[in-house]
Amino acid sequence: MKLVALTCSFCGYAATDLAGLQGMKYSSDVTIIRLPCTGRLDVKHVLQAVRMGADGVLVVGCLEGNCNYQYGNLEARKRVEQAKGIMKEIGLEPERVEMVNLASNQPWRFVQAVEDMYVKVERMGPSPLNKVRR
Amino acid sequence: MIIAEQKPIPRIVEMLEGHKSMLVVGCRSCVAICLAGGEKEVSILSEALRIESDLKGNGWQVDEVTLERACEKEWVGEMREKVSGHDAIISLACGVGAQVMQELYPDVRVLPGLDTSNMGAPEEQGIYLEKCGGCGDCVLHLTGGICPIARCSKSLLNGPCGGSQNGKCEIDPDVPCGWDQIYHSLERIGRLDLMEVPIPPKDWRRSRSGGPRKIVRKEAVLTPEEKSARGAR
Repeated sequence: MKLVALTCSFCGYAATDLAGLQGMKYSSDVTIIRLPCTGRLDVKHVLQAVRMGADGVLVVGCLEGNCNYQYGNLEARKRVEQAKGIMKEIGLEPERVEMVNLASNQPWRFVQAVEDMYVKVERMGPSPLNKVRR
Repeated sequence: MIIAEQKPIPRIVEMLEGHKSMLVVGCRSCVAICLAGGEKEVSILSEALRIESDLKGNGWQVDEVTLERACEKEWVGEMREKVSGHDAIISLACGVGAQVMQELYPDVRVLPGLDTSNMGAPEEQGIYLEKCGGCGDCVLHLTGGICPIARCSKSLLNGPCGGSQNGKCEIDPDVPCGWDQIYHSLERIGRLDLMEVPIPPKDWRRSRSGGPRKIVRKEAVLTPEEKSARGAR
């Protein structure tokens, strides 16, 4: 399974860092990409990750009300919903894209989110795109 | 500005049957403002089509470009190199832009990726409202700056009708009555007397009933000699 985590540098990315420092274990199948803020997320980024082979995409933003740029995480959630809609339109499971909100000092939440996503994606199986390419 | 919205992706995919190489073309003018066909929407649709192609094994080549203004030949002409080698253009410009593209690239099939809706304005972020009926005979000076053609569901010139209830139109309780808005606008500017002025029947030949409309500004039209001297089309 290939997972991509698009993380805000203020919370999600800092939480992954802390998870590493604390020696927490999570799936090694996740590729972490740092965004300046999830407000930078574009629907295209999600679709591109899927096209390039991700079985699941996790967007990790700050807790609602805690965005360093005020509304970035709220905008990101709307874009994640838009991406889900497009996934559905082209015949891919929208559940392959999810967003979670957490704080930088909550590495366990990041670990949990990755594990939850992994279990969900494993249950769905590889992305239909990856099945076609095999 | 022109308001449009994107067609559902499955409908765009249907139109693409038989094509192998397509150029998705956006426009940075009106349709970018109404978030239907700007650079961002072009990149999202292109990505979705690439996934669709990979899923179905269509082998599509999907490229993208966004023009400054797709309704002017000068800008549309600039993408000639990009168009070369493609057998279809998916236009994310309005219907006008799509037609200009077809005119300039007659050998390539132009497919509309948008449904062009109306002449309107953003009410707030993400909400666009029709404002002008394009009747060719403007009466905004008599109606408090509110277009009775576009804003009244029945396009009444001397309203309101009996379906106006509590400021709302009978077609939908969420739609404001155009003539209620006209009344209140005239009240605000102290010209309620205009409600008493009957507006005569319009000459609808100046609207869509007279066939395609053409406006000629003689002072701007170039003579054949001027055209050739300036290299203009």
